[in-house]
Amino acid sequence: MAAPKRNMAARVEATEARIAALDAPKGGFTAPARAAALARLAEMGLPTRRDEYWRWTDPSAFNAPRPQGGAAFRVDRPIFEGRDKVRLVFVDGVFDAEASDDPALAGVEIARLAEADRADIHWAKALYGALEGEGHTPVERPFAALNTAAATDGVLLRVTGKAEKPLHISYRQSSETADVVLHHVIRLEPGADLTVLETGTPGARSNVVTEVDLAEGARLHHLRPQGRALERQMITHLFARIAEGAMLKSFTLTANGRMTRNEAVLRIAGDGAVAHIAGVALGDGADGPYHHDDTIFIDHGAVGCESRQVFKKVLKNGGQGIFQGKILVRPGAQKTDGYQISQSLLLDEDSQFLAKPELEIYADDVQCSHGSTTGAIDETALFYLRSRGVPKEDATALLVLSFVADAIAEIEDEGLAEDIVARIEGWLARRKH
Amino acid sequence: MLEIKNLQVRLQDEDKQILKGLDLTVEAGKVHAIMGPNGSGKSTMSYVLAGRDGYEVTGGSATLDGRDLLEMEPEERAAAGLFLAFQYPVEIPGVGNMTFLRTALNAQRKARGEEEISAGDFLKLVREKAKTLKIDADMLKRPVNMGFSGGEKKRNEILQMAVLEPTMCILDETDSGLDVDAMKLVADGVNALRDAGRAFLVITHYQRLLDHIQPDVVHIMAAGRIVKTGGPELALEVEKEGYSDILGETA
Repeated sequence: MAAPKRNMAARVEATEARIAALDAPKGGFTAPARAAALARLAEMGLPTRRDEYWRWTDPSAFNAPRPQGGAAFRVDRPIFEGRDKVRLVFVDGVFDAEASDDPALAGVEIARLAEADRADIHWAKALYGALEGEGHTPVERPFAALNTAAATDGVLLRVTGKAEKPLHISYRQSSETADVVLHHVIRLEPGADLTVLETGTPGARSNVVTEVDLAEGARLHHLRPQGRALERQMITHLFARIAEGAMLKSFTLTANGRMTRNEAVLRIAGDGAVAHIAGVALGDGADGPYHHDDTIFIDHGAVGCESRQVFKKVLKNGGQGIFQGKILVRPGAQKTDGYQISQSLLLDEDSQFLAKPELEIYADDVQCSHGSTTGAIDETALFYLRSRGVPKEDATALLVLSFVADAIAEIEDEGLAEDIVARIEGWLARRKH
Repeated sequence: MLEIKNLQVRLQDEDKQILKGLDLTVEAGKVHAIMGPNGSGKSTMSYVLAGRDGYEVTGGSATLDGRDLLEMEPEERAAAGLFLAFQYPVEIPGVGNMTFLRTALNAQRKARGEEEISAGDFLKLVREKAKTLKIDADMLKRPVNMGFSGGEKKRNEILQMAVLEPTMCILDETDSGLDVDAMKLVADGVNALRDAGRAFLVITHYQRLLDHIQPDVVHIMAAGRIVKTGGPELALEVEKEGYSDILGETA
């Protein structure tokens, strides 16, 4: 699978120490998947900065057997508060029934991994760890394997109809040392339709895997504002398999955070399927270190499919943004429409954006494009706004909103998009001089 | 109202003097026109008055109602009553025209210590002004100047002027790129705003805009200074004879 790794001894030692510190649940329907994942992890080993996809992001925070402590962010005004939804709350990765809504939603079977895993039989058995197991391409993703092996809880959702309201997974952190490993499995049956809201930062260190299996014609909207925790050390993986005529739209807002890496592996497996993934990252180094990494792999394996990647990063005072995005078009995946754009707006000269766009195409009748830009605030536009009486800081904020507009446009629900924009406006307003 | 005395300006990035002792006084209620050949400094003057970066004032003064314009930030000049209709209005994707207008109007009101306008009153105000300029609801909803034709962009500038109600309006070649009908719409928009408390400075290459917006005073600018001042007949003279004769006279 991969080239021989360098510095094997140190890697093996680090991996063994990490595995020894894990406290993985035993028994239940996930037991075989956990054992297989643990074997995968031991085989791959933890990453080092010499690995191709870790050159720009230091994995040491995720490699350490125990997390470095991090203060929790006190949430004053939770996002999506006014929206009708079914909320499931996890505090430091532990389900909080008191704070949660009654987990009942017509057309949706809702279970908790920690509870369901007491039985040997469950619908999620065929999926848990399966998409992760197939997702170690074009590179290995050891932290996803670690997650499958060690996840203590998560949400298992099986959707058979059109859910009448969004399912909201709400993370809260209370302990400064919480080391959270959550694993969600979402299966949409043919024609099913669901919106999943995923908000906040689960712990001091967080590792979240979401496996999504979309059957024919199913539609999943995934909206993920990751909270405003300055001390966030979080790695997420979204693995999706998208069948014929199905659609996945995922949007992530990452404000602040010492170390956030969001990986996605979207496998387009059926004709006419659609996969859109977008994100806005906001980082101000004046608040503390900011490092944000999107690592995306879109795998086109069917005819007439569409994929879009739209990533925008707004960085100041030494904030760092990384984008690694790859589109693979397999032989026979004709009429593929693949699009990728990654852009950064650097609000000063201290910040940095690194991008690695990749296209690998083995079909001849496709339309694929990618672009990446780094720029500053447009002085002409800034003057135009100021000449109409808008103060410099407000004009800058308007131009930031203008910059992220394409990514926001990927959110279909107008009300939810407004909530996201309000978050961005609030972030900008708090950073006026 | 607007008083420019011996204004001297050079480009910051290159050692090039653009304005070389410009004197100009525009009184309240009057329309002044400035004509002049390319490179005479007309646009530089309008940008310096509005506060654009990239210019260095090396001498002279510019005041609006006795207040020193050159000391103010661009947004302060706007709140003080100055408005520049751009020769090339800027496109801003992702920011709605209405959002932009309301933000601008409320920022100016706030700077003047006035209350913000309510959403309902604002909508009413914009709809009324937009109607006379034949700007439809779709244009108001779209991002600022995005997908607008040349004429629509210029009408949008005049709409901003009508909503913001500045006292000193500078129009920088607002007629450029306009067909006859669009020019008439723009001129009607400007004429509707003429009033005793408001002054206009219309910068143009051609006399034809001045057929629609009748000036009280016409200035000819060349090599960074006003070289000749007269009545509306001066514009006709330029149209007939070109600049060279007039400039020859004054040289």
